[in-house]
Amino acid sequence: MSENMNINLKVWRQPSDQNTGSFETYKVQASPDMSFLEMMDVLNEQIIEEGGEPVAFDHDCREGICGMCSMVINGRPHGPKQGVTTCQLHMRSFSDGDTVVVEPWRASAFPVIKDLSVDRGAFDRIIAAGGYVSVNTGNAVDANSVLIPKDTADKAFEAATCIGCGACVSACKNASAMLFVGAKVTQLSLLPQGQAERESRVVAMVNQMDAEGFGACTNTGACAAECPKEIPLSVIATLNREYTSAKLKGR
Amino acid sequence: MKLLSFLFTSSIGRKLIMALTGLFLCLFLVVHLIGNLQLFKADGGYAFNHYAWFMTSNPLIKTVSWGLYAMIILHAVKGIYLAMNNRKARQARYEVSAGSANSSWSSRNMAILGSIIFIFIGIHMGDFWREYKFGDEITWRSYTQDYNTQAVTWTEYTPVEGQKIYAKDIEGGHMLVAKDLYSEVYDAFRQPWIVWIYVLSMLALAFHLLHGFQSAFQTLGINHPSYSPIIQFIGRAFAILVPLGFAAIPLYVLFQ
Ligand code: HEM
Ligand code: SF4
Ligand code: FES
Repeated sequence: MSENMNINLKVWRQPSDQNTGSFETYKVQASPDMSFLEMMDVLNEQIIEEGGEPVAFDHDCREGICGMCSMVINGRPHGPKQGVTTCQLHMRSFSDGDTVVVEPWRASAFPVIKDLSVDRGAFDRIIAAGGYVSVNTGNAVDANSVLIPKDTADKAFEAATCIGCGACVSACKNASAMLFVGAKVTQLSLLPQGQAERESRVVAMVNQMDAEGFGACTNTGACAAECPKEIPLSVIATLNREYTSAKLKGR
Repeated sequence: MKLLSFLFTSSIGRKLIMALTGLFLCLFLVVHLIGNLQLFKADGGYAFNHYAWFMTSNPLIKTVSWGLYAMIILHAVKGIYLAMNNRKARQARYEVSAGSANSSWSSRNMAILGSIIFIFIGIHMGDFWREYKFGDEITWRSYTQDYNTQAVTWTEYTPVEGQKIYAKDIEGGHMLVAKDLYSEVYDAFRQPWIVWIYVLSMLALAFHLLHGFQSAFQTLGINHPSYSPIIQFIGRAFAILVPLGFAAIPLYVLFQ
């Protein structure tokens, strides 16, 4: 086991959306082998022992696939490493004695529920608006009866790896959701199963995205740079193209 | 018209307007720069003043000019509107923000850079466009060009009440009586503070284009592993060469 490290934490505390929040500072001893969330667990045990209110934060799988963990760490969603979620970030990415500032995703469309936990229901409503394919019930079709070229399947799969975490929104200076929406629109517009609703889908999803109060895209590229699944910026170009052609066709 | 209403009501539509007007403005910059290169000619302003007259009197060019003014205003108004709306999308700001870790400086400052350009356009049009069209301080010159030697001679000319610019063929050559915008430009650029305003504004334009040129293609849905590197290369070259060309004019006059 490696030596424990001393970490100075500055954590955003906010009782609810209705209250204003502020930063609290804490000192934590953590092993470099701990994940960032395990370090937060240590902090919470410490706070509970002292009779305080533990820090609320989202997490579930802790293996980088569910998209629940969030946290902006020193100004960067999911912390300083590329292509990892907060749950997969290890304390060895920091140094002994570091001060680490932890904030929630900040976007008007993601109201704070408590402390570091935000309401990402806006994403669910965008998916509900059109991020699906309709299938007939009945016997299951043979999995390979619809042929899809390998490179198309690969591209669709790449876009499908989005875990809906919202880091793209949190990184964007405009709190834009274009990378998230672009990923889903790209995935479904590439596949034969997605063709029936191709045009109505993109219009409905963009309408919902605008209604939720996300910003517009300035193409800064911050979203793709911070995305833990490394969804490429090209999905936004695809979204622009799909949306414009659907609109020009009168959708 | 209903088919195009999305350009004004959706986030992607508004960005399409930015991209289309922005690229039109890029095209204008090229035309404007090529025309202005005639300021480097040591012909007393014969070529340049002839060109200025053509650009302000030709009916087709005049129509395109009004289109251009509309494009500038549309681009600026929509740009500022987008920037304000985008700010509203994040009401609570971050304590620490590490923008430089994930995006370019230009891309994060498009509205500030654009506003500098907008103010510059106002100053620039006040300096020359307003003076040329409506000012009464502008001087006149009369030129004659010899057909055989192509040599140009000129004299100062005192316009009469309601004087019109004109050109005509004369025995063995061509003559032009025109407002002397050329000297107006040279007089302005002999003042260092004006030159610095121009040079700094061109720096802002360079940074605006460094992000803007390639960004417009992404907005139009063009992002391809084979073509995007070419677009990015052209964008960078454009963003450096065009503002440099414009800035060279006042610097040349000041230091000649
Ligand atoms: C000759 C002058 C100008 C040229 C050639 C130009 C060009 C461009 C281009 C090509 C873009 C990229 C569009 C896109 O991302 O799709 C852009 C974006 C932008 N321009 Fe300009 N522009 C000029 C003047 C201005 C002015 C006067 C303003 C006034 C405020 C302005 C404000 C903006 C803003 C705010 C954006 C970013 C919009 C966004 O992505 O959110 N620009 N410009
Ligand atoms: S695009 Fe990337 S950053 Fe955005 S929600 Fe999906 S996985 Fe998260
Ligand atoms: S907790 Fe599931 S991705 Fe981090």
